[in-house]
Amino acid sequence: MVTKRNKKIKPSRVIIYTVLILWAITTIFPFVWVIINSFKPSSEVLTSSFSLPKAFSGDNYITAFSRLNVLNAYKNSLLISCSVTAGVMVLSALMSFGLTRYQFKGKKMIQSLIIASLMFPVFSTIIPVFRMIVSWGLLNKNIAVILPQIAGNLSFATVVVTGFMQNVPIEMEEAAYMEGANVFQVFGRIIVPLCKPSLSTVAIFSFLWSYNDLFVQNIMIRDNTKFPISTLLQQISSLYGTDFGLMAASVAIIIIPVVIVYIFLQKNIVKGLTAGAIKG
Amino acid sequence: MLYKRKWPLLLFIVPGLLFMFVFLYIPFVENIKNSFFDMTAIIEMPGTKWKFIGLENYKKLFVDQDVKTAIFNSMKMMVLTVVFEVGIAFVLAVMVSQIKKLQQVFRTVYFFPVVISATAIGLLFKLFYNYDGGMLNQILEHFGKDAINWLSPELAFIMVCIPTLWSYIGFYFVILLTGLSDISDDIYEAASIDGCGHFKQVFHITLPLMKPVFFTCVTLALTGALKVFDLPWVMVPNGAPQGVTHFLGTYMYQVTFGLSNFDYGSTLAFLIVILGIVISRLVGLFTKEKEEGR
Repeated sequence: MVTKRNKKIKPSRVIIYTVLILWAITTIFPFVWVIINSFKPSSEVLTSSFSLPKAFSGDNYITAFSRLNVLNAYKNSLLISCSVTAGVMVLSALMSFGLTRYQFKGKKMIQSLIIASLMFPVFSTIIPVFRMIVSWGLLNKNIAVILPQIAGNLSFATVVVTGFMQNVPIEMEEAAYMEGANVFQVFGRIIVPLCKPSLSTVAIFSFLWSYNDLFVQNIMIRDNTKFPISTLLQQISSLYGTDFGLMAASVAIIIIPVVIVYIFLQKNIVKGLTAGAIKG
Repeated sequence: MLYKRKWPLLLFIVPGLLFMFVFLYIPFVENIKNSFFDMTAIIEMPGTKWKFIGLENYKKLFVDQDVKTAIFNSMKMMVLTVVFEVGIAFVLAVMVSQIKKLQQVFRTVYFFPVVISATAIGLLFKLFYNYDGGMLNQILEHFGKDAINWLSPELAFIMVCIPTLWSYIGFYFVILLTGLSDISDDIYEAASIDGCGHFKQVFHITLPLMKPVFFTCVTLALTGALKVFDLPWVMVPNGAPQGVTHFLGTYMYQVTFGLSNFDYGSTLAFLIVILGIVISRLVGLFTKEKEEGR
C-alpha cells in the first residue's frame, strides 16, 4: 500500500518541489549574497564573491555609519514614513466614516473623484506640487515628502477602508446613540476599533510605499545632509560605486530593518499589500 | 437618528478632501495647463511671464527621438510584465496549490522581494552586473569565458527588465494563489471522476474560472509597467547608455528635474496619464467582449 502510493505520487511531486525550491532560491539568494559580501573587504568581493568571508569584518559597516550619516538617514526616513502612515490612517478613516454613514448631496461625485484619482500617476501631479513646495519654502524639509505622499496614498486607503466600513453593521452605533453617545464617541469607540483590520492594511502599505519610494524623495530633498535612506543609498552608489564592500553593506543596511519587520509581520504584510488588488 | 444632524460630516470629510484638492486635483489640472505654456522657471516671477505656446510641446512629442525610445521601452516592458510576471506567477501558483506542505513558506519567500525597495534591488543588481569583478562576470571567468559588459547598449534594456520583473512576481503569485484557492475542490473532483487529468484541468477549469483575477492582474501589471521609475533610475540613470534605456517615467524626470524643462515635462506627464487611461480602457473592452462571447 505504502509503496504503491509513493510510486504514484513521486514523479510529478518531485518536479513540482524542484521547480518551487529553485524559484525560492532565486528570490533569497541575492539577499544572502549581498549580506555575506558586506562582511568582506572590496578586494575579496571582486575575486571570490561566492565564498564565505575569510574573516568576518565589520569595516564596511563602520565606514557606512561614520562617513555616511546612515543613522540620520534612518531617522529622516522613519519620521517621514511614520507621519505618512499616521496621516493616511486618520484622514482615510474620517473620510470613510463620512462617506459610509451620511447621506448628502454630492456624495456620488466625491466617490467618483476618489476613484478617478486612483488613475493619477505621481508624475502627473509632481511638477505643480514641487512648485508649491518651493514657493512655501519647504524644499529639503521632511514635510515636503510627507505631504505629497499622504495625498498619494489617501485615495487608495479611502477605497480600502470604505469597503470595509460599509460591512460593519449599524446596530451597535444605534444602540450607543440610544445610550447617549454622540457621533464622535461612536466614531472613536466603536467604528475605529471595529475597522482595525482595514486600518492595519492601510498602515502597512502606506509605510512601505513611503519607506521604499525614491521618486518623491529625490525631487524634494536635495541637501545631502538631510537625505532619507533611499536617496542616501543612491548617492552612495554614485560616489562610492567602485567600493563593492561598502556598496554591499549599504544595501544590507537598507534591507535589514525591512527583513526583520517582514519576519514578524509577514502574513499581515502580504495581505496588506495585495488587499486592494483582490477587492479590485 | 444618529446621522441626521449633518454638521459633523464637515469635520469628517473636509480634511481629506482638502488634502486631495490641494495635492492631487488642482495640481493635476495645473499640470495640463502648464503643458500649453513656456515655463521660464518653476515659479512665475514678476517680469518673466510664461508665454502661451499652444500645442508646441505636443508637436515636439512627435519629433523627439527619446520619447519614441521611452514609449517603445515602456510598451515592451508592459508586454514583458504580462507574459513573465503574470505568467511565471501563474505557473508557480498552480504548482503551490497542488502541494499541501510548505505552502505558507513558499508564499512568504516568493513575496519577499516585493517588500524590498527598488533602490536596494537596483544597487544589488548593479553589483551583479559590474564589468570588473561583478558576480556574473566572476561566474564567466570561472568557466574560462570572457567578461561581458552587461549594461552595454544591446543588453542594458533586458538587464534592467530582469530585476524589475523578478521582484514583482511574488505579488501576482499571491493574488493568483488566493484566486485559485477560491475555486471549489468539488469541481476538480467531478472532473477527475469524469476522467479529466491534472494537466487538462488547468486548461478547462482553472483558466476559465480565473479570468476575472487574471484581468485584475493584467491591468495592474500594465499600469504598473507605465509607472516604472526607481529601478531603472538607480541602475541606468538618464537612460544610460546613450539614452537607450529611457522609460516614460525616467525620461519625464530627466526632462523636468535634470534639464529644468518644466513645461515639456508636464506634457510628458500628461502623456503618461493618457496612455494609462487608454490601456485600462482597452483591457476593459477586451474583458467585456470576452464575457459576452461566452
